[in-house]
Amino acid sequence: MSLITNDSDRVQRGDPETAALAVQDLRLAYIVRGTPREVLRGVTFQVRPGEAFGLVGESGCGKSTSAYAAMRYLPSNGEITGGRVLANGLDITAMSSSDLRNFRATQASMVYQDPVQALNPTLKIGKQVAECFRILGSDKGGAEDQALEALKRVHIAAPGSVMDRYPHQLSGGMLQRVVIAMGLAGDPSLLILDEPTTGLDATVEAEVLDLVRELRHETNAAVLLIAHNLGVIRTMCDRVGVMYAGKMVEEASSDELFEEPRHPYTIGLMNAIPRLGLRKTDRALSTIPGNMPSIGTSLPTCVYVDRCPLATDICRSDAPPIVELGDGRWTRCHHSDQLSSIEEPSSDIPEHVVGPDNMIQLHSVSKTFRQKGVDIPALVSVDLGFAEGETLGLVGESGSGKSTLAKTLLGVHSADLGGEITLDGRVMKGKAIDRVDESIRAVQMVFQNPDSALNRAWTVRKILTRTVTSLTEIQGAAADRRVEELAEAMRLSSHHLDMRPRQLSGGLKQRVAIARAFAGDPRVVVCDEPTSALDVSVQAAILNLLATLQRDEKTSYLFITHDIGVVRYLADRIAVMYVGRILEKGFTDDIFEGPVHPYTEALLSAVPSIDGTSHDRIPLTGDIPSPSNPPSGCVFHTRCKYSMPGTCDVHEPPEVEVGPRHSIVCHLPIDEMPTPITVSISKKG
Amino acid sequence: MTDIDNSGAETEGASSGSMAPAQDRKTVKQEQRKELFATPSFIIGAVILSFWVLCSIVPGLFTKWGENEVIRLADGSTIPRTGPGANAWFGTDTIGNDVFARVIYGADNVLINAPISALIAVLAGAVLGLTMGYYRGLVDEILSRIIEAILSLPVILLALMVVVVFGNSRIVIVLTIAALFTPVVARTVRSAVTSEAQLDYVMSAKLRGESGWFIMMKEIFPNITNVLIVEFTVRVGYAIFTVATLSFLGLGAGDQSAADWGVDIANGYSLIQSGQWWISIFPALAIASLVISVNLIADSIEKVYNS
Repeated sequence: MSLITNDSDRVQRGDPETAALAVQDLRLAYIVRGTPREVLRGVTFQVRPGEAFGLVGESGCGKSTSAYAAMRYLPSNGEITGGRVLANGLDITAMSSSDLRNFRATQASMVYQDPVQALNPTLKIGKQVAECFRILGSDKGGAEDQALEALKRVHIAAPGSVMDRYPHQLSGGMLQRVVIAMGLAGDPSLLILDEPTTGLDATVEAEVLDLVRELRHETNAAVLLIAHNLGVIRTMCDRVGVMYAGKMVEEASSDELFEEPRHPYTIGLMNAIPRLGLRKTDRALSTIPGNMPSIGTSLPTCVYVDRCPLATDICRSDAPPIVELGDGRWTRCHHSDQLSSIEEPSSDIPEHVVGPDNMIQLHSVSKTFRQKGVDIPALVSVDLGFAEGETLGLVGESGSGKSTLAKTLLGVHSADLGGEITLDGRVMKGKAIDRVDESIRAVQMVFQNPDSALNRAWTVRKILTRTVTSLTEIQGAAADRRVEELAEAMRLSSHHLDMRPRQLSGGLKQRVAIARAFAGDPRVVVCDEPTSALDVSVQAAILNLLATLQRDEKTSYLFITHDIGVVRYLADRIAVMYVGRILEKGFTDDIFEGPVHPYTEALLSAVPSIDGTSHDRIPLTGDIPSPSNPPSGCVFHTRCKYSMPGTCDVHEPPEVEVGPRHSIVCHLPIDEMPTPITVSISKKG
Repeated sequence: MTDIDNSGAETEGASSGSMAPAQDRKTVKQEQRKELFATPSFIIGAVILSFWVLCSIVPGLFTKWGENEVIRLADGSTIPRTGPGANAWFGTDTIGNDVFARVIYGADNVLINAPISALIAVLAGAVLGLTMGYYRGLVDEILSRIIEAILSLPVILLALMVVVVFGNSRIVIVLTIAALFTPVVARTVRSAVTSEAQLDYVMSAKLRGESGWFIMMKEIFPNITNVLIVEFTVRVGYAIFTVATLSFLGLGAGDQSAADWGVDIANGYSLIQSGQWWISIFPALAIASLVISVNLIADSIEKVYNS
């Protein structure tokens, strides 16, 4: 049974005194360098007992601040300037600090994004968990027993041995379970989760979400969930509030919101996401023009007016009304009756041409690291190639060797002897510094995090000019012209050129990083999760830019990502990695149609989708094996539900051609190989 | 490159720069400066420091007596070893010099030597720290061990040995103090560079074939200047102590009869027991006030940078 119900009794907004959490017209400012800057501009929402409420919106919209304010857990420069927060009828904003402490200990708890930071690295897990019970008044022995029970409750196998370990000895997913166990210690009536799965792999994320769902059912605690991943919100929440610039703009039940958004901003967010199997050959993604107003900006009327496709004069002169849509659903817009006039980008896009032959080819490339005298084979005889203008999506869990593969291609380190990388049939040297200029130019990279990838002491102009002059023969005035051209192609204006990275928004920074990668007319650009640090609307613009550049420049991409929607949109072919090996490679369409490798099946089913819930997720239990000690036979047999004892754990599986350029490394006969579960596609979609 | 002209594509970057959520760099700097100038500890520190700087440049502005001029009353008599009073605010020393004038004139020795040695230490430490933090490996290992060895020895003892061997000229004192402070600076810079070198822009520079020197000096160095400024202000404080201590031990630079806080404390401290506390206490207070002012400034700068 799905826990996401739309029981109308539940969604009816009731008396704030009885709500698990009622935030009423909350206003909050941060004092930054002496000036108070408004972050929350009157936020109102309610979480009913037993309900899961999601807050969504781009970064900086105030969703995390709202969550922290609900615990009155604010930085020293945060100040509540108006409104109040009620939890089970208690006014948190007016509580004394000892009452507040008591409230946090017994009635509400919070789970943070990074479990590593939430746990004390110097104390054993058992001690930290037991402490939660000690605070609640248990004696030492009793607290330890309770801690053991608490760990069992969050499905930690062998809780006894986990109690005896330090945080650094556990995986991220395991740590987040421990944090959840600690959060549930006082049987809270309200559980606040702030991006609880953001740092985790999709497979681990799915497990943690399953756990939260189950525990919620068990304890009947109300949940306030903050997540930038809309798929997580859809699979977890009964109701969703959409925030923008410190104001709630729409609230609805989860299904209603995702099926039929009723605010221009929500529509913009939904359309920006590559969903329902959309491909780059179908159409460009919708984007939201402009940026979120920075905190402290005065916004007297509609907060979204500067970016809204429907904005008219009234939107600038009058504050928009709340339009009731029944069942507690509402939107804050002057034009909620004209939403159907918001257009999607045209599907009339030029043809995407992929070269006939592989331009770059990896021939049985292996990479072994040596650490403390132990050999760690991070890549094991990888054969992979891609053609001009082609995007190869590389997917797999963390630690599967995706980054090592990218770094070997880039020449950050050289491959083991025996393997080689060829460009147009010519072998490239291992390390970038030994490569000929042409090869250096040919392979460039766009990094995950533009803050780290751009030198913050340099102006954009300096970053690009240096790259142009050191990668190409273009010098002097010609180089300046080239930089201007590059900037224009990335839709950066010339005044952006004289700014430093910190003055630019995340999307603009990533454009600069892309401009730098394209400065020397590369043949291949390695994109290492280039959009995972960005908001969805910005992600859409960056993906559009990458697709357009590829069409125009015939550049190939090696695109590493965790986001199945993104890889499906952009990739022509997909390679699936596991413990340093490629388990499957094939055309994107073929992979989503199947047959696929059992690992691919599990990986695809793990991803929480905004298109609806898949009820029959393939659980992928256990941790990814260590490359230093890979399982015998097929490396995946330890986690594979189709594993055949006597075969899979003994013999290495063969590479089977299941279709044109689609091969799978598996013992299963082709007709027994699984087909990926397609999520129940929404009726209206 | 052709321009992108798809409907619906690429609108985000076309927005005006003033809309960029990140604060204008200039505004941030301005606000930082404004906040710094509004910090009480910074104001107090700056006032005290400016006073001493002024003393070392134009001591005549504050006192009518010279540093080696014996106070003579109207009748021509001298008043050695007299406590603070109308004739001499801070009293007079054993010869009859004005202690106040000695304190004013004594500022220049410390105020010249300490910042110069701190500056040299920071520059040398920066070069060492950059090399160690960027290249890591064997060189880093060896240098790190040497630094740890030096840091385990008391600074003043090492300084004493060097000055005794090479003589107490200003250049020897300045270079000795600089050399002794270099390891600490190098260690701080190294850790800043180590984390900086892990950022992707360094990898990006390597991927376009830049030299190690270029990456260190042009890419990384501008990003660690805050660390260097803070390190400099902290080192100046310690250098003041060290310079004064050397003078106290009779190993100060230059003319021994010139006013010098360390020398004057040394000359007067044995007289505290006989009740003539003012001869050594006032120069000591001068040292303390200078060190405190520098530390106040250092703390405020660090706080503002990190906010």
